[in-house]
Amino acid sequence: MKRFAFLRTWEALLVVLLLVAIVIGSSLSPYFFTGFNVSSLTRDLMEKAIMALSMTLIIITGEIDLSVASVLGLASVVLGAVWQAGVPLWLGIILVLILGAVAGLVNGLLVTRLGLPSLVVTLGTLGLYRGLAYVVLGDQAVSNFPAAFTNFGFGSVPGTLIPWPFVVFALLALLFIGVLHLSWIGRQIYAIGNNKEAARFAGIRVARVKLLLFMVSGLLAALAGVIFTARFSSARPDNALGFELDVVTIVLLGGVNIFGGKGTLFGVILSLFIIGAVRNSLGLVSISGDIQNIVVGVLLIFSVLGPNVVQSIQAALTRRHLAASSSTKKV
Amino acid sequence: MTTTSKGHEEARTAPRVSQSRLVRYVSRVRELGLLIVLLLVVVVVSVQEPRFLTVSNIEQILLSVAILAIVAVGETLVILTRNIDLSVGSMVGFAAFVTADLFKQQPGTNLVLAILLGCALGLVLGAVNGLAVTVGRVPAIIMTLGTLYVYRGLDFVVAGGTQVSASDVPDSYLSLATTQILGIPALILFAAAIALIFAYLLRSTRSGRQLYAIGSNPEAARLAGIRSNLLVFGAFALSGLLCGLAGVLWGARFATVDATAATGLELQVIAAVVVGGVSTLGGSGTILGAILGAIVLGTVDNSLNLLKLSQFWLQAIDGAAIVIAVTLDAFITRWLQRALITRRQR
Repeated sequence: MKRFAFLRTWEALLVVLLLVAIVIGSSLSPYFFTGFNVSSLTRDLMEKAIMALSMTLIIITGEIDLSVASVLGLASVVLGAVWQAGVPLWLGIILVLILGAVAGLVNGLLVTRLGLPSLVVTLGTLGLYRGLAYVVLGDQAVSNFPAAFTNFGFGSVPGTLIPWPFVVFALLALLFIGVLHLSWIGRQIYAIGNNKEAARFAGIRVARVKLLLFMVSGLLAALAGVIFTARFSSARPDNALGFELDVVTIVLLGGVNIFGGKGTLFGVILSLFIIGAVRNSLGLVSISGDIQNIVVGVLLIFSVLGPNVVQSIQAALTRRHLAASSSTKKV
Repeated sequence: MTTTSKGHEEARTAPRVSQSRLVRYVSRVRELGLLIVLLLVVVVVSVQEPRFLTVSNIEQILLSVAILAIVAVGETLVILTRNIDLSVGSMVGFAAFVTADLFKQQPGTNLVLAILLGCALGLVLGAVNGLAVTVGRVPAIIMTLGTLYVYRGLDFVVAGGTQVSASDVPDSYLSLATTQILGIPALILFAAAIALIFAYLLRSTRSGRQLYAIGSNPEAARLAGIRSNLLVFGAFALSGLLCGLAGVLWGARFATVDATAATGLELQVIAAVVVGGVSTLGGSGTILGAILGAIVLGTVDNSLNLLKLSQFWLQAIDGAAIVIAVTLDAFITRWLQRALITRRQR
């Protein structure tokens, strides 16, 4: 078994993948591995990165939230609408963060109180929340945001190339790593994903933990919506359309098991930059987003298919090994 | 969780007979409820707008539902096996573009050949989904979320920013959508025929019943000797085939096709199927229910149009329909379970 030990650390594989992505990116374009490009690559990723944090926790409990990109879009247009109506921006931001938490609460209540599959519930709210975003603003866009707000979106920490949204993500990532990997809440989350019946008998309030996670997911999606709005200085109902593909891909490619119970935030952060590097380098050679989706979709499929195939091969090898040793014993 | 353990207790007190009766009750309540909703919409809208209940408007509703219904039939097959196919919109769009583009590139192409090509493309795309789900053991949600974007991306690669317009395709192709048989548009008859054929197959053939068995209890189905993998693969492949066919018809109906055709169709299809009472937990639901769901949503869509309400509500309504339908199902099931138990205790 020792021969396959390296396969078991998914993170090691991700480091290799990231290096490959960087090498390919650099060979595609001389601009790829420059400070400026790495900075803008990182900035482009931050909404997905923030949503991937809570998505990781949700998928570890064995659920999924497909509505995140729609909550982002809804938060963005509501922020635009209330700003246009003359509400101060700080109040508007607080309002949409609450709105996001409520959107997540609706998902969570349907999943935990009624026992409905989260896949179906959040597929429904994916349509519902995005639809409401169109209802709020129609095909309009709000773009007259104050400079201080938009500077936060596309400005950097003075004297460095570090984008402000990255600072937000880094703080949140530390918080989430602490919660998932160092606290009792994290142990509960893994326990729920491994065996929710056993978790319940061990005294874990499964429904409450899941409800909370769905609320956090909505809240972070709304926060991502605020950042997205600031970055593009634009509140449009089709903002971040289809981002759920990237978020789910980042989490699963990061080694989180779709059936729950397994995975780390370190893997997710590595895979975040793999997806970022892939999209960025394809973008540098002017391949459109719709065509980039082919690569991301294939990565999503292979992040699940790959381990399954490896497992089958391992099982077959073990069987053959056992068969061989038993036949030698007979002799 | 709580529901599961309660389910266990109830399974112990109530024998299998009442379980299957329960399923029948649920579907009957569902289809009745849908008819009532449909009737309500019809009454309310026709009071407000006399143009609603005219032959031409009803024909319009059925025409807009026809293509959706064909896709919904395939989606029903997949959902019955406790899987889901999110890639249907991309498969329809891809097949629509490739078929229409074939006429543009090779003007003399035989119509039957083009139709077969569109269907074959759908079949291959569906088979890829089916293979990964069965042999590769990739969960259907992940596989088809991936191929939703992969197939759409390939569509963009093939299209390369071009579009096919009505003047690029022969009239014989467009007539697929405009021909009338006995005064009824052929497209509607076509969709109805497909629905009836698959309703019959699901109801009365061994493979049809086995699809239900797989959905209600995959493990038991396997132990009973049902070739689950083959059947689930078949469901995905048929879903692809029907999407290919729907794509061919899409091209004929809308004439102008680019790489974005049928984007987001998956949400409408799943809404129709779920509203029609097909359980996303697998094993329960009918083709006729799914078609009824599609007609209800199509009617709501048409009413919004007639009442000049904002088109922007459409997506919100599809999404809300999914959420409301599964919520109602949960309540009805719970209520019926309780009713059956109290009757048993009496």
